[in-house]
Amino acid sequence: MSDDIKTLTARLADEPVSLAFLELGEALRRRGQLEAAYKVARGGLSRYPALADAHDLLGRILGDQGDLAGAFDAWAEALRFDPMRMGALKGIAFLYFRAGDVPAALEHLRRAAEIDPDDPTIGQAIERVKGAGAAPASGPAPAAAQPKSASLEAPLSPAAHAVNGTSEAGRRADHGIMLVDTKGLRLNGTLFSPGNEDVGDRVAAELAGVSKEASRTSRLLGLGGWQAIAVESPQGNLFLVAPTPDTMLLAVRDPSLPMARLGLIAERAAREARAWLESHT
Amino acid sequence: MRDAQATLERVTQVPGVKGSLLISGTDGLVVAERLMDGIDGRAIAALAASLVQRLDRATQQAGMPAPTFVHLRGNDGSVLAAPGRSDLVLVAVADTDANLGLARVQMLDAVGRLA
Repeated sequence: MSDDIKTLTARLADEPVSLAFLELGEALRRRGQLEAAYKVARGGLSRYPALADAHDLLGRILGDQGDLAGAFDAWAEALRFDPMRMGALKGIAFLYFRAGDVPAALEHLRRAAEIDPDDPTIGQAIERVKGAGAAPASGPAPAAAQPKSASLEAPLSPAAHAVNGTSEAGRRADHGIMLVDTKGLRLNGTLFSPGNEDVGDRVAAELAGVSKEASRTSRLLGLGGWQAIAVESPQGNLFLVAPTPDTMLLAVRDPSLPMARLGLIAERAAREARAWLESHT
Repeated sequence: MRDAQATLERVTQVPGVKGSLLISGTDGLVVAERLMDGIDGRAIAALAASLVQRLDRATQQAGMPAPTFVHLRGNDGSVLAAPGRSDLVLVAVADTDANLGLARVQMLDAVGRLA
């Protein structure tokens, strides 16, 4: 444990009502101790539920953990209590951009620029988002791609990271979400390898037979229909669900995100994918 | 073989686990098994090996190392698989009320010791 974390932990222990949790949570987050940071932030929020800084901190932690829906909600709360909260505006802009909603991303960045016109990074982010042009998603942005929830997220791009500025750990944690058909073709979303290579099409092709195999296994072993497949690997966890009999949704995250939470993200995305499929067929 | 039986015994003692097997990952043959009556070990071995192989390929295409644990959840139960070294895969079949967390820990621990 580094000295600053030790000092802050001691300070918080001596004076639990102090705001030291903000610094401690941020220090833990920067060190990649996301679970500990999350607990600290949650503890602080239980004492200060109307503190925008605390919601902002929670947003950054959840973003780093790959829980983009949670991050969006936390930043939205931060803005509710402080509409000029820069970190929350940037964070939400980043999430909108990732969901393919460039106008909403630009709106939040422009609000941030009005609040701090001297911050050159905001202007740069605006230019990059404008330059990215259309939605970064490989297909049309689905109704599911609202950042309110985890959904068929757009692929990561340098511009998106420029907007966020603080999400390097989040980038590593989030390998993407992808919807594929039974023929191994990608319908939406994509995946990135730990080396940041787009591997969506290759993985989609390998998934072609998985649904059939899972159905066969589950049925022949008397387990009924299959609901989900969780795969743990040292560099990432994969979670597969079937939004419809003809599609599969794959969510991949860093192993630091507990599998059960990845399952919730995948299942929520599957519900939205179902709605998107209904509206597009 | 005694080690394998002891391993299977430990996994099968987890509440809700109906049986466990040690299988060959490439050809899906049973190496050792401890199953409740009426459960066909050969079928489980073949099906689990095939599924794990497919997921292994998908995981590797995603740029990640081979899976260390696979959980197929069905409406009425689960199949758990922990691939180890030397082509062995520890497989368990569990019902819906099983303590899956404990089964997972036991299986990872066991397959690590078998390696």
